Amino acid sequence: MKGRDSRDLTRGEEGGRMSGVSDEQIKSTPLCGKHQALGAKMVPFAGWLMPVQYTGILEEHHSVRNACGVFDISHMGQFHVHGAGATEWLNGMFTNNLHKLSDGVGQYSIMLNERGGVIDDLIVYRTAPEDYFIVVNASMIDEDYAWLSAHKPADVALENRSAEYVGLAVQGPKCEEVFSKMCPGEKLPEHNGIRKIVVGGDELIICRTGYTGENGFEMFCPASQGVKWFEKVMESGAKPCGLGARDSLRLEMCYSLNGSDLSPEKTPLEAGLSWCCDLSKDFIGVEVLREQKANGRPTALVAIEYTGKGAPPRHGYEVQLPDGTPLGELCSGVLSPTLGKGIAMAYVPTQLGKIGTDVQVVVRGKAVPAQIVKKPFLKK
Amino acid sequence: MSTIPSDFKYSSEHEWVSPAVDGVVTLGITDFAQSELGDVVYVDLPEVGSTFAAGDVIGAVESVKAASDVYTPVSGEIVEVNEGLSNEPATVNKDAFGEGWICKIRLSASAELDGLMDAATYSESCK
Repeated sequence: MKGRDSRDLTRGEEGGRMSGVSDEQIKSTPLCGKHQALGAKMVPFAGWLMPVQYTGILEEHHSVRNACGVFDISHMGQFHVHGAGATEWLNGMFTNNLHKLSDGVGQYSIMLNERGGVIDDLIVYRTAPEDYFIVVNASMIDEDYAWLSAHKPADVALENRSAEYVGLAVQGPKCEEVFSKMCPGEKLPEHNGIRKIVVGGDELIICRTGYTGENGFEMFCPASQGVKWFEKVMESGAKPCGLGARDSLRLEMCYSLNGSDLSPEKTPLEAGLSWCCDLSKDFIGVEVLREQKANGRPTALVAIEYTGKGAPPRHGYEVQLPDGTPLGELCSGVLSPTLGKGIAMAYVPTQLGKIGTDVQVVVRGKAVPAQIVKKPFLKK
Repeated sequence: MSTIPSDFKYSSEHEWVSPAVDGVVTLGITDFAQSELGDVVYVDLPEVGSTFAAGDVIGAVESVKAASDVYTPVSGEIVEVNEGLSNEPATVNKDAFGEGWICKIRLSASAELDGLMDAATYSESCK
């Protein structure tokens, strides 16, 4: 037995671009020792040594859908942007409109290159007027910081505070019980909200977001207190879950993974993210998006679901029309633990990517029948 | 890890081969292999009647996150496959050395068995 797609284990936000990372350069989060003590299988992911699973991906996946799970997201980056002019500047860097935000509220947004391609997707929270907390993808911390720095006016401060926090994503229908147990008397922020609370002397940043499609929150605590809070979350009823379940959970919801589904060569309109692109304002890359809106997108990221039996769909597999006409390659794919069938996403020529179109996925020379379906796979 | 059957032979690619009965061996992946893979969700079985040389890929075992090729360490013809794995691929996790077998092969060069690892050697190689 020999791994064929073992790179799937190491693929991540930036799987394709991180292939040159050597063991010497690999980073670990403050929770690494704890993961190993819990029996996690550790794998390199986006330059970090991360748990891919503890007891099993299927069990962890179902625990998030049915109860509550906790993920180490300490590898993700946090920036603090503040100073007069912060709003206007960031509004010119990101696709979503920051003027929609009030204090304590966040939004999903995207940072583009001059060609309208995706550099990174992120969540930006307004913590006070002209004061923002931004959460970015792990593998993109340095690139995002460099891009922002290069475009930053002098009167706005940009701080990379990624090393200061341990991040925990607590996700699942029982997340509110878990929160009440570990932070008695405190209240979770509303959907997309952010709130700073102090519990047991530690300042916690609680964000009501997630990457699983379940009710949930992400919390950031001082890195030095990370193990303690990770243990508290588990003692309060959350099961530790690895990146394997994180990937299958997000794909069932069609949430994009940068490096797999998002790329510097594809616009957010092609990725189906027009809902967070305000083309009435100016930002880097907007001209390309306006042109695509007027004249059409060359490709579209579509959701593909198996209609027949076959080996699980994976990154890189070819998608064809039933007559063999090539359409593109899968960006992401998994055998959905909830739906029990193969699900995947791929960029295909827009004209050929209509919902209901029969297609096939080629796995080791065998064609598995599939169909382009409406997003997301899991209707909630 | 469950006990490694002492009368089986093992490959460096983590396949096991049972002792030959009338020239036919059973092949599967080891408990170590299933444990490394995690939840098995799909098994690609070879076709009955097809012939392979030692070292050929005969199928694949897939977990949620990874696909792994299965090699045969012996040459011969596939005489039976474990059809039950199509509906219950997780049997490979539950009983890798027993119910989770993959196929039976009629040996064309039984001396190849002598080139494989015994249980003690294989066990040591997994450490």
